[in-house]
Amino acid sequence: MAASARPVTPAASLTSAGGTMVRVQVRVNGQPVTAEVEARTLLVHFLREILGLTGTHIGCDTTNCGACTVHLDGKPVKSCTVLAVQTNGREVRTVEGLEVGGKLSAVQESFYEAHGLQCGFCTPGMMMTATALLAKNPNPTEAEVRDAIRGNLCRCTGYVNIVKAIQLAGQKMQPAAAAPGGKT
Amino acid sequence: MSAEVPRIKGGIGQSILRKEDARFIRGKGNFVDDIKLPGMLYLDITRSPYAHAKITAIRTDKALKVPGVLAVITGKDLEAAGLAWMPTLMSDKQMVLPTDTVMYQAQEVAAVVADSRYAAADGAAAVEVDYEPLPVVIDPFKALEPNAPVIRTDRKEKSNHIWHWETGDKAGTDALFQSSAVQVAQDLYIPRIHVSSMETCGCVAHMDSVSGRFTIYMTTQAPHAIRTVYALVTGLPEQNIRVISPDIGGGFGGKVPVYPGYVLASVASIKTGHPVKWIEDRSENLQADSFARDYHIHAEVASTQDGKVTALKVKTVADHGYTDAAANPSKFPAGLFHIITGSYPFAKAFVEVDAAYTNKPPGGIAYRCSFRVTEAVYTIERMMDILAQRLKMDPAELRLKNFIAPEAFPYKSALGWTYDSGNYAGALRKAMEIIDYPGLRREQAEKRQRGELMGIGISSFTEIVGAGPSETFDILGIKMFDSAEVRIHPTGKVLARFGTKSQGQGHETTYAQILAEELGIPADDIRVEEGDTDTAPYGLGTYASRSTPTAGAAASMAARKIREKATKIAAHLLEVSPNDIEWKDYAFRVKGVPSKSKTMQEVAFAAYTNHGKGTEAGLEATDYYDPPNMTYPFGSYICVVDIDKDTGQVKVRRFVAVDDCGTIINPMIVDGQIHGGLTMGFAPALLEEIQYDEDGNIHGGSFMDYLVPTAVETPKWETAKTVTPSPHHPIGAKGVGESATVGAPPAIVNAIVDALQPYGVEHIDIPVHPWKVWRIIHGADA
Repeated sequence: MAASARPVTPAASLTSAGGTMVRVQVRVNGQPVTAEVEARTLLVHFLREILGLTGTHIGCDTTNCGACTVHLDGKPVKSCTVLAVQTNGREVRTVEGLEVGGKLSAVQESFYEAHGLQCGFCTPGMMMTATALLAKNPNPTEAEVRDAIRGNLCRCTGYVNIVKAIQLAGQKMQPAAAAPGGKT
Repeated sequence: MSAEVPRIKGGIGQSILRKEDARFIRGKGNFVDDIKLPGMLYLDITRSPYAHAKITAIRTDKALKVPGVLAVITGKDLEAAGLAWMPTLMSDKQMVLPTDTVMYQAQEVAAVVADSRYAAADGAAAVEVDYEPLPVVIDPFKALEPNAPVIRTDRKEKSNHIWHWETGDKAGTDALFQSSAVQVAQDLYIPRIHVSSMETCGCVAHMDSVSGRFTIYMTTQAPHAIRTVYALVTGLPEQNIRVISPDIGGGFGGKVPVYPGYVLASVASIKTGHPVKWIEDRSENLQADSFARDYHIHAEVASTQDGKVTALKVKTVADHGYTDAAANPSKFPAGLFHIITGSYPFAKAFVEVDAAYTNKPPGGIAYRCSFRVTEAVYTIERMMDILAQRLKMDPAELRLKNFIAPEAFPYKSALGWTYDSGNYAGALRKAMEIIDYPGLRREQAEKRQRGELMGIGISSFTEIVGAGPSETFDILGIKMFDSAEVRIHPTGKVLARFGTKSQGQGHETTYAQILAEELGIPADDIRVEEGDTDTAPYGLGTYASRSTPTAGAAASMAARKIREKATKIAAHLLEVSPNDIEWKDYAFRVKGVPSKSKTMQEVAFAAYTNHGKGTEAGLEATDYYDPPNMTYPFGSYICVVDIDKDTGQVKVRRFVAVDDCGTIINPMIVDGQIHGGLTMGFAPALLEEIQYDEDGNIHGGSFMDYLVPTAVETPKWETAKTVTPSPHHPIGAKGVGESATVGAPPAIVNAIVDALQPYGVEHIDIPVHPWKVWRIIHGADA
């Protein structure tokens, strides 16, 4: 893995001379990444400042808002509360990994079609939580959707159209899931 | 020609999908913290743990030894440059950094510049400050007592009283109160709340020492105003200042003021020659950025025995924190609080406000409603219910009995505003029908028999937005017009730029729709840009629901200027006189021969290739729109709550919002604005409050205890519309961003008080937390 890894030089924006450095080897959106970072580096800063994946946002410092939600081995986590080094040997997916081969995911499409976003700041985290929910439960009730996104704050939409968007995405995903010969 | 003309694609009234979403759903928005410039440094801030204290020493040596730290800036450094204080928008002044005294908890004390984000934070933690605590003044009533410790010793006036403002006819109001059969009175407190946009504030400041060019990427709702303020305060030549407001993650008024962090990053860039980024964290945002509300209101309403309102009297104490940094039009220190006569024809009214300094961060800015309209609407809509209760009248009946009649518009209120248009009874009747108001009252009666607590609350609000006409509205002298610059390219595609700045409202889509309708060019072919002072025409920015009333109107007017010129070119192409050309069904047509026509695209091409003798080439226009009046959106909301007697928990079971914002440009976007607005009305009614203890410690300084609603608490909003166009706006639109935030709180509180009628309650202050309700139900307040 190390041989094929894309070496990344830590950006000056995070290191502080004298801090303990650790090596992080992780797959991000399918790409192997290796980097030396300060041990205290948060995953969200690793993604944003070292890998330049600025779609993952920071909206609070208490793990309440969910703007920084990414997937760690398929499960949604708040990347402001995970150290980069904790992702060693694991798989991280960010909002930039939702669109595959130029095709938007059902969740992305549905947020667009159902007006599930306004300022766009909570949107990446909200879509990552929604994607994880639909992977487990492709046909959630309104109450299930609301419960699933309770760790993602939105200040613009009043959630109505976010809930609609997530349910719409679930519907879009169903025919494919039920397609004959389809494998899971 | 058939009478059926297809609508232009993406024109007014169509729910087209938003242009801006393409980048946001891919995580490709460009927010301030996403910007990274070569050689960029980072700034972090050391803040005061005290609400009021003398600074006796600041030691920076340890901070400067932190690896990566390059500089520490203190108030003394700024004082030498004349920048320790800066003016506020209300002609008061605020500290960038204190030279000797801190005046609120979490106030900026020193700034640390480092080569990394983490090093800057380490440095800020290593700055050592010695404080000598001073007496803290938190209660504005105590602040106004004669012997209160004076907070702002820098002022000539040795008191905490900032200003007194009054309007209306005091003697006439008093006389009418004397002669009216019924009087009700109530104290209402509207607590401090915080907008908490999901993106906090920040900037990247860059002084290029060679060119003298100063560029700042900034979370601002008003980039041009910021540029001018920067020029005036720093003395930098205005043509060398460029303010860029990139994608903004929600504003709601919190991104209008100039915060010390912006100035510190600017100073740091000038000092180091590097770009400097400052991004506040959420706790800093909640603890130190401007707050909203904090109005202590005493209201009185008089009426006839049969419930016709006659007079209104209001006395208010406004808590502004340690400086008056509100963002109000200069002539109105209490904003447009005098819209408080609401939807009702009071013959006389008198309103007075006294503003006080306290040891809190600056208050009095917006929370999705600027200019104190929320405070006014909350007061009048609560008072109408209190009056109904006193008269034992149904609150809907009382409102219907009193509403200003549709034929009375334009209507001049007792406090001098001229309402443009309205049909208040129409909106309320529609809401009552949708929610089945009589059915709900029957259900409530049955439930009361069984001892269950269910309440129904109404709010029939009138807003005042679209600031504003230049004769009355300015901020620090700059008139509150707004602008549009529209260029049609040879191939018939459009680039349009505006003086406003979207923070999620969808201007890139909405403005394109207005232009599509006016120019006959599909919205897909129209690109809208805002937020770069080097390219956009001058405007006062986006807040107070002013964008559509002002810049939206400017879009129409600029497009009409273009049509005027295009008419000449079309006449040249069609070989007729311009007088024989009319603009009809999205084309220039020869009068009487509508099949002889030219589209705007054909004319645009000709404007660069064959514009004819005597006509200037090109096809573009700019409009600075000075609105002739404010717009007055209105609506009626009905809320149904159920209360759990054991816990005091209030559940909003249904909420029907009927809004009238005049002509609707994009129904999907308008509904989205209302959903969000309702949630920001629900939040202060039931959840959000920033409190301080007597030592000035903030309670509610993080998302752990400042309760921004999640999807679980937030009701499923039901929306409907009536359409009463504004008679003075070019397309009849009124603005919609804040209506719901203004209208929702009294509907919710009215429903709760209605549910608690069995306990004889007349009022509960917001936020209505379960313990307040529980104490009423269980007699703990007795």
